[in-house]
Formats: sequence, structure tokens, C-alpha cells
Amino acid sequence: MDKHSLVIIGGGPAGMAAAVEAKKSGIDDIVIYERDTQLGGILNQCIHNGFGLHTFKEELTGPEYAGRFIGQTEALGIHYETGSMVLSISSDKKVTVVSREKGLRVVEADAVILAMGCRERPRGALNIPGMRPQGIYTAGTAQKMVNCEGWVPGKEVVILGSGDIGLIMARRMTLEGAHVKLVAELMPYSGGLKRNIVQCLDDYNIPLKLSHTVVDIKGKRRLEGVTITEVGKNGAPIPGTEEYYSCDTLLLSCGLIPENELSSNAGITINNTTNGPVVDDRLETNIDGIFACGNVLHVHDLVDFVSEESGRAGRNAAEYIKNGGRKENSAKCINVTPGNGVRYTVPSVIDTANLTENIHLRFRVRDVYKGCSIEVKTGSETLLCRKKKIMVPSEMEDVILKKELLSASGDITVSITEGGA
Amino acid sequence: MDNKIFDAVVIGAGVVGCACARELMRYDLSVAVVERESDVCEGTSKANSAIIHAGFDAVPGTLKARFNVQGNKMMDDISRKLDIPFKRCGAMVVCLDENDIPKLQTIYDRGIANGVEGLKIITGDEARALEPSLSNNICAALYSPTSGIVCPFEMTIAYAENACENGAEFFFRNEVRSIRKDGDIYTVETTSETFRTKMVINCAGVYSDDVHAMIEKPDFEITARKGEYLLLDKSAGGLTKATIFQVPTKMGKGVLVSPTVHGNLIVGPTAEDIESKEDVATTKDGLDTIRRVAALSVSDIPYNKVITSFTGVRATSSTGDFIIRNTDGFIDAAGIESPGLSSAPAIAQYVAELVCAELHPQKNGGFKEERRGIPKLAHLSFEERKALIDERPDYGQIVCRCEQISEGEILDAIRRPLGATTLDGVKRRVRAGMGRCQAGFCSPRVIELLANELGIPQWEVKKNG
Repeated sequence: MDKHSLVIIGGGPAGMAAAVEAKKSGIDDIVIYERDTQLGGILNQCIHNGFGLHTFKEELTGPEYAGRFIGQTEALGIHYETGSMVLSISSDKKVTVVSREKGLRVVEADAVILAMGCRERPRGALNIPGMRPQGIYTAGTAQKMVNCEGWVPGKEVVILGSGDIGLIMARRMTLEGAHVKLVAELMPYSGGLKRNIVQCLDDYNIPLKLSHTVVDIKGKRRLEGVTITEVGKNGAPIPGTEEYYSCDTLLLSCGLIPENELSSNAGITINNTTNGPVVDDRLETNIDGIFACGNVLHVHDLVDFVSEESGRAGRNAAEYIKNGGRKENSAKCINVTPGNGVRYTVPSVIDTANLTENIHLRFRVRDVYKGCSIEVKTGSETLLCRKKKIMVPSEMEDVILKKELLSASGDITVSITEGGA
Repeated sequence: MDNKIFDAVVIGAGVVGCACARELMRYDLSVAVVERESDVCEGTSKANSAIIHAGFDAVPGTLKARFNVQGNKMMDDISRKLDIPFKRCGAMVVCLDENDIPKLQTIYDRGIANGVEGLKIITGDEARALEPSLSNNICAALYSPTSGIVCPFEMTIAYAENACENGAEFFFRNEVRSIRKDGDIYTVETTSETFRTKMVINCAGVYSDDVHAMIEKPDFEITARKGEYLLLDKSAGGLTKATIFQVPTKMGKGVLVSPTVHGNLIVGPTAEDIESKEDVATTKDGLDTIRRVAALSVSDIPYNKVITSFTGVRATSSTGDFIIRNTDGFIDAAGIESPGLSSAPAIAQYVAELVCAELHPQKNGGFKEERRGIPKLAHLSFEERKALIDERPDYGQIVCRCEQISEGEILDAIRRPLGATTLDGVKRRVRAGMGRCQAGFCSPRVIELLANELGIPQWEVKKNG
């Protein structure tokens, strides 16, 4: 059986950043398994700009951003295998992988980093009633067709969901000559970044209808049109508000789901809110030596944050391997609980006895909050309170907790409070 | 086609038409199958509960009862010979109201009269011991060990492939426009060909009354009855081991909850008579009804794991029974609603007998009754899978992540006789795109493979049709 110190599953931004940092931390025997034909993951189809402002202090396209990391991966001599799909991981870190070139084999690892990314929520999971004709695609699938395969799937387009890929595709389809009639969003707020609303919809006069959804789909072979209605506070359609839009294409941008079937089958505990593994501050799952980072852990808005997080996973995995798989004695683990207005936090456990870095605590809020504060408390003691002009569910929040602050702390809660400091 | 006279033209390439064609190939007969769509399994056969019923539902003495029980008994042999997945997972008819227990007894009695084996009435607690996810509302149940689940796509495709391999000719995109009889010969005109034949076999599903009407005013009518379903992810597939039916109540016929043979969970159907035979739209009301009614028998169905919903249309006959008979060389296999899938093997055998009684053909000495399916790499043992990939490296290139379907399997689906020409065709043959992402990731790649194999540009590759 082949053996590697570190097996990284996925060669997108998360996998590459983890590999680079693990290598820099002294781990030589690394392999990245990537199922596509090249490294880069979904970035390869994101030909628009806006990537890298945090990481490289300049604006790059997706392939350029990926290219920077591919360059580092190759310069560091990190081994990677494309066209390689991991089929299963066992709890003792035996990884079954298959490829055209090398066939089917089992590889043993000292540590594993999960970096498989996420998938788009399909029509079926959205429970949109109606016919099932050709012309309904998730936004990312359409993006792949337009940007990688070089053909445009339709001319008259309606987009459901205002996730970032949907917004990007509204602009992209317009630039390719299609007529994007509207973007409908079920929630009363957008699912994407503000800058994408401005640059992809406003600049092209594409209407965004908040609190609207698709309630019927017409067409037997090819999509003929959709019925859009307004929805009330409870999300239920308001009778009498139906509007029919003829279209040959419906794009869906209604959420991303971390792809954790491999993780679940390995026995890794999954957080029901994020659909990603439960991890501690080292980004380690409940199975020793299996780490997770990037969109497989929780869906990020910006690839820059994926890279930062994944670098930490790489360093922590390296540390684990260098310690011979022995964990530092986790004498003092505290729980991080999402409080008022907070959907989840990553991590959800912090090992305060062995802190090597400050804690990046990332989370999403439940609703739109204006002029409220993020409050981190342990018992009745406030560890951190930061006022924010606005917080929205579509933009991930990030607070850094100084390790000194945590060393004596008990369990902590992260909440949104009115007013505040 | 003008000079050739077929022995039989089968109208409709659903499971019944394809099974009939295959059974006819046991004899020295020339058979054409004409189908209006571009593939087999495009109508009722593709959207149903995928259940092989035991045979306790039908009224004793009906064709439904006879062919269902017979068909069920044939399934082990057929699944082996045609290499299709079939599992006798058992079924339970659960009773939600003590007042309905006599109905359970009626179903039991019907089953016994129809010749169903192994039926047993059990208490609610016994039922819950067998199926822990059953709700506490259940006060009694009928347990049926011979009920099973099958893949209706593969069953239809396997019948068609085996028929084709034995010489049946398939003509797709041929919608029948008229049928006339001159002397002993029928002339079947379709949208693109004219067929001359000694016999016609009407397996036109919801259109079987319309097809019958081309030779004479039918003495039956087919109503399209719509049934909506929810399909859940494989992670929910183990919720029940057996198919869970409900005793019909004054609230309605009830819905079933069942594992599928591929490990998903299926919930449905609704039952609604519809005007248009083409109306396969799902509705909010329909899907809401399924959720509500299924929850009566099975607790905690994880509806957040729904991966798709779909609607099937059943051919409900005004006679209440299947209509299978030979009138002057024109054989109806009409009104084949549930338990049609379960009955198809027996119906086909019976139709072949009707044809033989008329044409007295010789046996086909070269009939090959076994068909090998496309290998299912994801279900093989490590060693078997490894060996196959070493032999055919394209079996090692995964295209559909969710179902772990390789490029080799997809190419097989396209290249086989009666191979796939559409995304749905590939999906029904090898399940690429059938998983939780519903083809989000694999469809661009499958489109590319189809385009290359068919020699067409990618944008001309169709989802269906």
C-alpha cells in the first residue's frame, strides 16, 4: 500500500493553500488528489475579476488567482495527481482513490485534509413545481458551459436566487448577448455581495426582485417560461401577484452545499447548520489527523478567506504529522456557541491549552442587522464587542480573538446585540 | 419499408412494448417496435413507484391479479437473465385507524385468493419492530415478503436491448398517425415511415385508446392519472427497509414510502385525473400532500434531503382492468396502470401466446435469452473493480461524482445497441446525473461525451426528446 504523510483531497484554492503551507512547515511527502483535469477547482471557470484583493493586494481573475497557487504548488515541488477521484476515506486514514492512469488503489496517510469544496443546490432540492424541460441549470453549470466549453445555453434568461454565482452569470449572459429578464430572490435581502449587485445587475439594468420566487415552470422539451410571485414574510406565495416570464433558460443560484459525503462515510461529525465538519481551532475534525478547510467546511464569500483558512489547516496538519500523530494533550477545550442572531461559528471548539495562533472566528448572522454589535462573552464577562454598521447573512463575519484572551476563558458565546460599544 | 411485411409491429417502447418484443423474439418472427420518442422508457415506464407488487391489491379474477402475481414470480429469473437490479425488500400495508383493520383483512383475503404467498397480519408493535421508523399511529399491518423493488429504466432498457440483440427492429421518433387493414395486412403509418404487418400490438400507454381508435371506435377509454413523487438522497435511503403502503382511508388512497433499488427513498404518489395526457408537471399542492400524508405512516422523513420531484402519468382504463386481447390480428395491451410494471413480464408472455395462436411461428433456435448490462463499477468489490479498470482505464475516470459513474460506463451507454442519445438517456442507463447534485457537475462532461460520440456540436445535445 502506498503511504504519504499528507493526503489532500481536492486541488482547488483550499487544497493548494493547505499544501503550500504544509510544505513550508516542513512536510515533504504530500499528495493532492484532484478530480478535474487540472488544479484550480471552480476558480478555473470564474473568469471575472475581483479575486485576490486580500491575499495579493491586487484584483485578479479566478484563473489568475488559481495560477498564483498552482505556481507555488509547482515551485515547491508538491506532488499532485489530476483526474483522480477519492471514493472513500476510512477512519484510520486509508484513502481509496481511482484514476484512468493509475487505476484503483488504497493510499495510507498520516494526516488528511478535506478540501472538496461544495456543490450548488439543484432544482429538485428547491421543490419548485412544474415541468422538467431542458433549459434549467444551476448558475455554476451554466458558467462552466459559457466560460469553459464556449457555448451559451440560452437567449432569454430568468435567474432565481441572488447568490454570487447567479449575479455574476446575469452579467456574463448579458455580455454573451442573452437577455436577462430578472433576478428573483426569495428572501427580502440579496444572497450575494453588495459589490456584485452593483457591478452585475445595476450596471446592466437587470431588475432584482426581492421576496419573489418561481412557482411554476412551463415547457415540455424546452423551457418556455416561468411564473414568478411575490412571497410574504413566511415565504409563502401571495396569491394574485403571479407574473409570467417567457424564457428559454432558468438559472438557479440558491445556495451552496459543502460536499461531505466522503466525510460522513468516514465517520466525521457534520454540523447541521453549515453542512460541514465540526472542527476545533486547528480545523481538525472529530477524527484525529483529518482536517477540513475551504468550502467543504463552510461556504465562504471570498476565495481570499479560503486561502487564509486553508493555510492554517496545512500548518496544523504539518504540526500533527511532526508530532508523530500525537495530539498535544487537549486538557482544556472550550465550546463556542452561536448566540442571538448567529447561525454558526467556525470553529465550534477551541483547545485553549495549546494555542499557537490567534483565533479566527468566522460566522454568519441570521438576518440583516443595522447598527448592532458583535459580542463575544464568556459567562457574564465580555471578551470582545465590536459595533458594525451593517451585517447581512450573505457576508461572512470574522473576528480575531487574541490567544492571551482565551487562555483563561471558559465556554464562549458569540451574539449580535442591539446598539453596543 | 414498403415491401417488407412484418409479423408484428409493436406500438410503444415502454416496459410492456419492449417486453412483448423480447418475448416475440423467442419465435421466428420479424418484429418492429415503433416509438414516438427518441428512446425507450419515455412514458409511464419512466415515472412510477418502481415497485414489483406482490398482487394483493387487485380484485381476484382480474387480469391485473393474474398477471401481477405471475409477473412477481418471474422477476428473480428475469432479473438474473437480463442482469437488472431487483430486490425482494418486502412490503407492509399499514393501518392508521383501528376502524380500518377490517380493510386490512380484506386486502389479506384478496391476496390469498390471488395466490400471493407469505402474507401475514401483524400488530402495530410488531410492525415497528421490523421498521423502527414507522409512526406510532400504526395499529396493525399486512406484511408481504414477496413484494420487491426494481429499476424501471433498466428493466425496460434490458428488455429492449435483448429484443434488439435477437433481431427486433426499433424505430424511434415514429409517432403512429394511422392504421388501416387491407385483407390480412395492417398498414401502420407513422410520422416518418409506413409499416406493413400481419399483427399490431398496441402498447401505447396513455394513448392506447387513441391508437385503438385508428382501427375502430374503442369500447374503453383511457384517462391519464397523474402521480407526483419526491425522491430523497441516498443518505435517507435506509429509513425503511420495506415498501410502506397505507390502507386506503376515507381521506384517500394514501401514499407509499419505499427504498429504491439504488438506495434512495421514494415518497408518493398522488392520484389526480388530468385532461392532458402530456401534463407531467409537479404542483405545490401535490408535493405538499405527499409530505403530509406520508408522515402519517413514517415518522421523521428528512424532506430536506429531497433531490428531485417528478410526475408520472398512468393509463387508467374505464374498465378498471388491463385490456389484453386479440381482435382480428390487433392486440391491445391497454390500460396498463399499476401493477403494470410488475405484470409486464407476464403480459408479454401472454401477448406472445396470442401472437403464436394466430401466426403459428417456429421457435427461434438462436434466441439468446441472456443480456449483460453495463458493469456498475460503484457496486463491484474492490478487486473486481480494480481488474475492470486495469482492462478498461476509462472505467477509472469518474464523471458523475455523486453516483461515482465513470466515463467508460457513459461511453458504454452511448455505444450499446439502442444507445443513449440524450442526457436523460445516459442518466437512465447508467445513473450519471441521478445523484444529489442532479447533474450540476457532470452534465457539461456528459454533453461533451455525447457530442463527440454522436458527431454533433455540444449545444445540440438534448436533455430529452
